[in-house]
Amino acid sequence: MQREWMTIVAHQSIASQTYLLELQGSLPQFVETPGQFVHIQVSDDFFLRRPVSIADVDSDKGTVTLLYKVMGKGTDALTRKKIGDKLDVLGPSGTGFPIDKLTTNKALLIGGGIGVPPLYYLAKNLKSKGMEVTSILGFRSSEDVFFTEKFQALGDVHVATNDGSMGTRGFVTDVIPQVDGYDTYFSCGPTVMLKGVKEQLKGVPGYISIEERMGCGVGACFACVVECADEEDAKGYRKICSDGPVFRPEEVVL
Amino acid sequence: MIDTKVDLPGLQLKNPVMPASGCFGFGREFAQFYDLSHLGAIMIKAATATKRFGNATPRVAETASGMLNAIGLQNPGVDAIIGEELAFLEPYQTPIVANVAGSTMEDYQEVAAKLGNSTVSALELNISCPNVKEGGVQFGVDPELAYTVTKLVKEASAKPVYVKLSPNVADIVTMAKAAEEAGADGLSMINTLTGMRIDPSTRKPIIANQTGGLSGPAIKPVAIRMIHQVYQAVDLPIIGMGGIETTDDIIEYLLAGASAVAVGSANFKNPYICKELIDQLPDALSAHQFSSVKEVIGGAHYQTTST
Ligand SMILES: Cc1cc2nc3c(=O)[nH]c(=O)nc-3n(C[C@H](O)[C@H](O)[C@H](O)COP(=O)(O)OP(=O)(O)OC[C@H]3O[C@@H](n4cnc5c(N)ncnc54)[C@H](O)[C@@H]3O)c2cc1C
Ligand SMILES: Cc1cc2nc3c(=O)[nH]c(=O)nc-3n(C[C@H](O)[C@H](O)[C@H](O)COP(=O)(O)O)c2cc1C
Ligand code: FES
Repeated sequence: MQREWMTIVAHQSIASQTYLLELQGSLPQFVETPGQFVHIQVSDDFFLRRPVSIADVDSDKGTVTLLYKVMGKGTDALTRKKIGDKLDVLGPSGTGFPIDKLTTNKALLIGGGIGVPPLYYLAKNLKSKGMEVTSILGFRSSEDVFFTEKFQALGDVHVATNDGSMGTRGFVTDVIPQVDGYDTYFSCGPTVMLKGVKEQLKGVPGYISIEERMGCGVGACFACVVECADEEDAKGYRKICSDGPVFRPEEVVL
Repeated sequence: MIDTKVDLPGLQLKNPVMPASGCFGFGREFAQFYDLSHLGAIMIKAATATKRFGNATPRVAETASGMLNAIGLQNPGVDAIIGEELAFLEPYQTPIVANVAGSTMEDYQEVAAKLGNSTVSALELNISCPNVKEGGVQFGVDPELAYTVTKLVKEASAKPVYVKLSPNVADIVTMAKAAEEAGADGLSMINTLTGMRIDPSTRKPIIANQTGGLSGPAIKPVAIRMIHQVYQAVDLPIIGMGGIETTDDIIEYLLAGASAVAVGSANFKNPYICKELIDQLPDALSAHQFSSVKEVIGGAHYQTTST
C-alpha cells in the first residue's frame, strides 16, 4: 500500500449518477487481487477518505478504473474533478478474492448496484484462468444499469431491475433459481442483498465483499470491524479494510 | 542545528512528535509506510484488563474539520498487548506510552500493574474515553474519582503516569490539579469532545453508539485554550493533542504550554503525517527564529506577561 497523487486520464458518466474514473500512476502495479479498493482523499474539504473498489486494472497503461455512484458530498465533489487533475489516493487496500487458491470451474457472480464494479475485474481474472463466468447484475432501474455488455464479453449475463424496466423484474435473488451448474459464487452489494444471497446459496462455496464506514482504511483504528460468526474465534472480529472486504459468508455476521 | 530533544518523566524524546492513542493501533500498519524509529514516542491503543469487542458499527462519521468516533476501546486485552504488540514494537527503540483504560478501579489497577512490569516507558491514564458505558469518562469528569484512580495507578506501577484529561468538563483546571495532587507525572490533553450527528434520511444518529468523540482540527482551539489555562495552574509537563496537521499547529501547542504533542486522526488522512511533521519541524522552528523545541514551550505565556 502507498499514497500517491494519481492523474485522472478518463472521467465520464456511464449511467444515472454513476461515473467511470480512470487513474494513472504506479499504484496499479501493486494490485494483487480483484476486490481490493483504493482510499481517495477527494479534496481538503473532507476529513476522511472515501473507499472505492478497483473495477479494472490496465497494467500496460498503468491505470486503475473505478466506477462510483454519487451518494453524498464526497462523491459529488469527485464528479467535478477533470482529466489531468491529480487525486490523492491510498492503496491498493484490503484483501480481495483469493483467485490463486480457487478450484472453481464455473463461477456465479452476483452484483447489486454499486457492488457490481469489483466483480468486473474479478470476472476478467476468472475468465483468463479458464473459468466459466455467469453474472447476475441487479440495479434499481434501467437508467442505473452499466457495464452489462462488458460482462457479456466474458460470459452469460442476467440483469434484474427493481422496477422491471430492464431484464427480470425484482432482485438478484429472484434470478438465482434460473441459473445452475456453478460451483462457487462471488457477491458484492448492499448488506440486505448479501444476506439474501447467503441464505439462498447455503451450502455452495462462496465469497462476499462487504462495506462499512472507515476511519483509517489501513487496519489501525478499528472503525470497520465485523463480528465473526464462530464464537470460538480467537479474535472474534475481522477488519473490513484489511482482513476484507472479501470474506467467506460463513466467516462473518452480516 | 535545531535541537528537537525534549526530556519528560520516563520519556527521552528525540523529537516532540508522537502518534496519539487509538489512531495508530500498535504501530504494525504504519510500519509499512515508514520506519517507526523516527517517532519521538508511540502512544499505543488503549489496553483493558480483558479483551473487548467494542461498540456496534457504524463507529465513525465525518464532520466539518474532523470526525466522530465511538470505537468503544476495542483491544485484545493487556496480556495479549504485552505478549504480542510490545514484542513487535521493541526493536524500534522508540519510547512506548501505554494507554490504560478500564470500567472499574480494579481494572485500572490490574492493567497498570501488568504494564508496570513491561517494556513501556510510561503510562497514559485514559480517564476520558467518552465511548464506553461504565468507567472511562466518569473518572475524568469528577475530580475526586480522578484523584483516586490516579493514586491507585501510581501505587500499582512504578512507571511515570500521564493522566489524559477529558475536555467534557466545566473546569479543566480542577481536573488537572486533582491529577497533580494524586501524584501524576504529567498530563495528556485533550481527549475527544462528545458529539452527535443525525442522518436526515434515516432520522437517526449516524453512529450506532449514538454519541461519539469529536477529533480533528475542529477541536484544536479548545485544546489550545485548555492547555494554556492548565499550564499556568499546575506544574506538570503536558503532552498536547487535538487536530494537529501542520508544523505550525505543533508550534501553537508548544507556545500554549505543551512540552510534546500527539497526532491523532490526521494519521487517517495521511499515513505519513508524523514522519513528515518530524522532518519539517526543524525548518519550521527556524522560520519562527527558534533554535530548539525547549525554547518554544510556554512561549505564549512569557509574551503575555512582558507586554
Ligand atoms: C470496500 C468498499 C468499496 C466500495 N466500493 C465502491 C465502488 O466501487 N463504487 C461506489 O460507488 N461506492 C463504493 N463504496 C461506497 C462508497 O465508499 C461510499 O458511497 C462513499 O464513501 C460515499 O461518500 P460520500 O461523501 O458521497 O457520502 P457521505 O454520506 O457524505 O459520506 C460521509 C462518510 O460516510 C462514509 N460512507 C458513506 N456511505 C458509505 C458506504 N456505503 N460505505 C462506506 N462508507 C460510506 C464516507 O466514506 C464518508 O466518510 C465502497 C465502500 C467500501 C467500504
Ligand atoms: C478512532 C479514534 C480512536 C481513539 N482511541 C483512543 C484510545 O483508545 N485511548 C485514548 O486515550 N484516546 C483515544 N482517542 C483520542 C485521541 O488519542 C486524541 O486524544 C484525539 O483524537 C484528539 O486528537 P486528534 O484531533 O489529533 O485526533 C481516539 C481517537 C480516535 C479518532
Ligand atoms: S478503517 Fe480503520 S481499521 Fe478499518
